[in-house]
Amino acid sequence: MLVSCLLASAFASVLAGSVWLTPREAFQALAFDHADLAGQIVTQIRLPRVVLSMAIGGILGLSGAVMQGLLRNPLADPGLLGVSAGASLGAVIAIYFGFAASFTLAAPLFGLTGAFVTTGIAFILARGGGTLSLILAGAAVSSIASAGVSLALNLSPNPYAAYEIMTWLMGSLADRSWDHVRLATPFILAGGTMLLLTGRALDALALGEAQAESLGIAVSRTRMLALIGTALGVGGATAVSGTIGFVGLIAPHLVRPLVAHRPGKVLIPAMLVGAVLVTLADIASRTLVFRGMPLNLGVFISLIGAPFFLWLVLHVRRRTA
Amino acid sequence: MSALHFHGVSARRGQRLVLDGISARVPSGHLTAVIGPNGAGKSTLLDITSGLKRPVQGSVELDGKDLHRLGRRELAKLRAYLPQRAGVDWPITVERVVALGLTPALPAFGTIPSALLPAIDDALLACDLLGLRDRPATQLSGGELARAMLARAIVGDPALLIVDEPTAGLDPRHAIDAVQRLKARTTAGCTVVMAIHDLDLALAFADSILAIRDGRLLAHGPTHEVVTESLLTSLYDVPVRLSRDGDGISVRFLKSGVSS
Repeated sequence: MLVSCLLASAFASVLAGSVWLTPREAFQALAFDHADLAGQIVTQIRLPRVVLSMAIGGILGLSGAVMQGLLRNPLADPGLLGVSAGASLGAVIAIYFGFAASFTLAAPLFGLTGAFVTTGIAFILARGGGTLSLILAGAAVSSIASAGVSLALNLSPNPYAAYEIMTWLMGSLADRSWDHVRLATPFILAGGTMLLLTGRALDALALGEAQAESLGIAVSRTRMLALIGTALGVGGATAVSGTIGFVGLIAPHLVRPLVAHRPGKVLIPAMLVGAVLVTLADIASRTLVFRGMPLNLGVFISLIGAPFFLWLVLHVRRRTA
Repeated sequence: MSALHFHGVSARRGQRLVLDGISARVPSGHLTAVIGPNGAGKSTLLDITSGLKRPVQGSVELDGKDLHRLGRRELAKLRAYLPQRAGVDWPITVERVVALGLTPALPAFGTIPSALLPAIDDALLACDLLGLRDRPATQLSGGELARAMLARAIVGDPALLIVDEPTAGLDPRHAIDAVQRLKARTTAGCTVVMAIHDLDLALAFADSILAIRDGRLLAHGPTHEVVTESLLTSLYDVPVRLSRDGDGISVRFLKSGVSS
């Protein structure tokens, strides 16, 4: 069911945009002719975007589910360990110092580096400690990275650079090419594989770390897998798209009742729902235009995600009270 | 039958020596109560007995096998461990919580083999949970949750069961019920080690006693031989009177003797 939802939204995403295509045109463009306008739009503009939105949404949903399972906290999300903030800082550095102007992939490459550096630091800081020290180290590293981003905005040499940084921070899939796909997908696939391996351990972790350990689960190894998988996958995703919040938080909750709340079984459905969410949101961000300005993907998702988050907080409070 | 041997077990928590050369033998099929004041090292001893923590010196043998040399999975099949205030963080049904106890027996991928399904029913039955099997674990009362966690622990039919404070937070009826269920496991051949503060229950049900204080073993052996007024007084630093009547032994701490 989720898979067909995903396929349908992916197909819709090929058709929708400032130039609307009929399904017939899209099929023709895919099957035969790449040279005409429709063919160019489909193969060079729409398809890479569809692939990226599915991969990015998928890894965000998956990583959110793993984080919530690992930390046994329904409010955890992939950004918790500083991955997103680090990727933002890296990309902002690339824009600020003008590397992004000289070659297009500078921002994503710097973003990747930033993601790995921040998670690495968080991990070293939390070494030997448990899950709580990992959260605290992640929060600390995150705020340092965010401070760096603010500093760059504050000191930006010209309004144009500031505008570019702002746009990047808002998260978008506009003008992404196959180069971006080639850059991000290896990391997303590698990270996703590591995250999927944690399923069994996450089920046992529902009993707490001591009981999981007693059931033969290597908790510290699971923590490593989750952390490195998130750094690779979400790092790769954020490096290409900019910050996209809330998907990792929301996707697991949407599917949790379907799998009887088992934290390990929620991984694949959360991944699929994440992919659907980002693909749909990307369609919306292309087609909804306010006063001539298209809505950025990250902004659109936040607009929908924030009220959901509020609902979730109230819901969780009711459940635990 | 699985006897448990402690050979000069010492352990540190940070710089502090919390267990100092514990040597004892726990007979197989016994319910053994580990007693002692707060901070005596009871939980540490249980952590080491469960193989989750390594001693800095000495070893623990189960049936002649060094527990800390066993593989993670092998150990998980052999012994079950219930920490203090064990709980479940997600609204998973009781049946699935119990099934988690079979984790070490599962194949690397896929679901529970059908040969293991009867074990889940047996554990639910043994803990009076058949009527609650579809209830989310987060909605259970304290006593029900304690039974669910015990069912989770015994579903894999461990040779050694380690329970830290099985009566914590339970009312008298549920506390008695919890200890009785542990006692019932021993008749099935399981060796059960529990840390417990409720001395009346310990004296009523435990076959043998390990009394520790400040990381040292003060006494160990069959309950009725080992437990005396002088032992308990030196264990807890409070004058103790044991009174025996038709209902068994009860322990009275004499408040007047406590120096403030």
